[in-house]
Amino acid sequence: MSEHVNAVQPEPDMIQLLTPEGQRVEHPDYPLDITDDEIAALYRDLVLVRRIDTEAIALQRQGELGLWASLLGQEAAQIGAGRALRPHDMAFPSYREHGVAWCRGVDPLTLLGLFRGTNLGGFSPYEHNFNLYTIVIGAQTLHATGYAMGVVRDGAVGTGDPDRDTAVLAFFGDGASSQGDVNESFVFAAAGNLPVVFFCQNNQWAISEPVERQSRIPLFQRASGFGFPGVRIDGNDVLASLAVTRKALDDARNAQGPRLIEAFTYRMNAHTTSDDPTRYRLGAETETWKLRDPIARVKAYLVRNAQLPVDFFDDVEAESLRLAEHVRIGCRALPNPTPASPFDALFVDMPDEVREQRDEFVEFVASIEEAAEV
Amino acid sequence: MADIKQFKLPDIGEGLTEADILTWHVKVGDVVEHNQILVEVETAKAAVELPSPYAGVVTALHADEGATVDVGKPIISIDIAPGGDDGPRSDVGGATEDLVPSPPLSESDAASESAGQRRQSVLVGYGPAAEGVAHRRRRRTEAVTPSAHTAFNVPPAAPPAAEPQPSHVAPAHRVLAKPPVRKLAKSLGVDLTTLEPTGPNGTVSRDDVTQAAGATTSPGVAVGERETRIPIKGVRKHTAAAMVSSAFTAPHVTEFVTVDVSATMELRDRVAGRREFRDVKVSPLLFVAKAVILAAMKTPEINATWDEAAGEIVFKHYVNLGIAAATDRGLIVPNIKGADELSLLGLARAMSELTDTARAGKTSPADMAGGTITITNVGVFGVDTGTPILNPGEAGIVAFGAVRRMPWVLGTGADERIEPRWVTQLAVSFDHRLVDGQQGSRFLSDVAAVLTDPGLALL
Repeated sequence: MSEHVNAVQPEPDMIQLLTPEGQRVEHPDYPLDITDDEIAALYRDLVLVRRIDTEAIALQRQGELGLWASLLGQEAAQIGAGRALRPHDMAFPSYREHGVAWCRGVDPLTLLGLFRGTNLGGFSPYEHNFNLYTIVIGAQTLHATGYAMGVVRDGAVGTGDPDRDTAVLAFFGDGASSQGDVNESFVFAAAGNLPVVFFCQNNQWAISEPVERQSRIPLFQRASGFGFPGVRIDGNDVLASLAVTRKALDDARNAQGPRLIEAFTYRMNAHTTSDDPTRYRLGAETETWKLRDPIARVKAYLVRNAQLPVDFFDDVEAESLRLAEHVRIGCRALPNPTPASPFDALFVDMPDEVREQRDEFVEFVASIEEAAEV
Repeated sequence: MADIKQFKLPDIGEGLTEADILTWHVKVGDVVEHNQILVEVETAKAAVELPSPYAGVVTALHADEGATVDVGKPIISIDIAPGGDDGPRSDVGGATEDLVPSPPLSESDAASESAGQRRQSVLVGYGPAAEGVAHRRRRRTEAVTPSAHTAFNVPPAAPPAAEPQPSHVAPAHRVLAKPPVRKLAKSLGVDLTTLEPTGPNGTVSRDDVTQAAGATTSPGVAVGERETRIPIKGVRKHTAAAMVSSAFTAPHVTEFVTVDVSATMELRDRVAGRREFRDVKVSPLLFVAKAVILAAMKTPEINATWDEAAGEIVFKHYVNLGIAAATDRGLIVPNIKGADELSLLGLARAMSELTDTARAGKTSPADMAGGTITITNVGVFGVDTGTPILNPGEAGIVAFGAVRRMPWVLGTGADERIEPRWVTQLAVSFDHRLVDGQQGSRFLSDVAAVLTDPGLALL
């Protein structure tokens, strides 16, 4: 385990636009034209999604959620990528992309149903162009690739019309990169020159399996074997994530084909609330990564360089508390499912036969409850 | 008026049934905030801090530290409206009277509740590492119960050496041996009770049995036709004398290197295809010879003689390259005079002649005298390497092993890969009186470098 601490040293070829100390640096390939107000907005995003995450963990510990997959440490990767999307682009998350969901305008409560068990994680993907959370590891990359095929068939790529050209952004992790699904997606995306950007958050741990036990080479280099470019970014640098994802999505929309972005980051918390990371990794490693906190560096930059309203940070803090309360109260108020809900959620136009089955089932369940009351 | 809420132990790990209270972070009378840590509990999966779902005043703790609590049982009561209507706000209101529905306790559950260490079940994920949990739990009480081993079901470590082995004390009691050892003893007709056990924990080991079996069979070997005695003479006698003299005069050091000789093998094919080489044998040994000559010129110490009588070291400015040859009569080492002045073609011709002469048994004493350095081609026998003994009067001898197709790591970083390559091993023994490790190593690595990249011979 101690070797792994050494394995997380920053890579020389990692794209970084904001150092852990809050210093803005330029990269020749990824110029980022961004105002301090825009950076302040990213800071707000980062703080708020971390607050959602903290509250969800508390809710799980209080028995209100069955499970939660924490994004702590990965906020920058997600917010940068999420803010690089245009409204008509499509995002395909795994199950930890709470930050991307936030950027797409998805109410955190929408996500909680799955983790509270009040629904099966269903919502309309088209409402915010944010697909359903996908628990099956890596499967969403296939869905994203298929969606990108559809985009090509719609002729919504490479037209030069920014309102028409569409890119697809698929999220997955270092563990998923070992899955057949992801590799098949790479094959199809490359063969079809599809407008899909693969965004791998390499958080170093596939539950308890360290990334170096899964790959002989840095993950971003895998893309070259499939025939499309891959880059590695400092996944704890929201500006690098924004700039590189923006460029990759632009390339995709301009019919330049797929791209792979490896966001080199770290899962600060357990894999999920059911996991105990002390069984497989050392505290020293986590301490190392604390020094690369994605939020602290943005705050350091803003404090030093930006002319923000005096109470900016207090306002963000207050807003985060209101958001936490929204999550806390809203979670407990999520409606419990009824016996009919699985049927109702499944069909737009319910066939008569299924409707009869539903009615029979509802009646049957009701008869049991009556019997129990007697 | 008071409004007291109970916080019931939730299932915090997908299918857990209970948890142990490790540490309370609050006590009765404390004012607690939302999400303030109340207590640390340990489940079968992890030690976890539980944040408060309420803001208010603690009115009761329902479980002591160390207690095991079932999921759904209240662990703490908090008054969310202490001292009347103006008490601390409750964000959750009355809707969460019952934060966790209590799973109905079956009778057997209730009965076993006091059993304490019963096996915990989980429905999802990696299971309760019963030993791990027991381990942690026990660590805290170790001071009280120092001999905790038995509780782990872990066999105690081997007893300290000072303690007599059980079998020594009480030979009458049942002999300890594993079933395969017993079977072996039975098949060899060895009585286990007669043996001195040397295995772990006083068990009879396989070695004990085989040794006992060996001891009972006759150590004598039949004499007569099964042996042949021949007089020591000729080449054998000479070889023996030379080897003994060499081995006990010159302190030998042997070093080894494994080399990718694929480039040399390619070069050999190209050279063998040339017209002027059509009549000579172009073997890998030819290139090793060339490499040895080049390297010897760079490291004069390896191509020198220790002249004990004169008290001098003699550096040779020429190479008389000895090639150890296996003949019907035994090993002989003729050498190629002035090998350093020969072209590759000349060297190939000289080597062909030398081996032909040796095989024909026509090698003259002059051919074998005056060598400066030797190569022994042990690879022709299919072996990889050896620790050759110096030809007397010389300071270095190279053993050339079999050239095989072997997996070899090529490239670096992303390009790193394993490929089948032509690989051989080289060994050099040198006379440490006049060659130090530095020169010996440099010589060997120079030979290896030329074989890896024959282009270096141009330098």
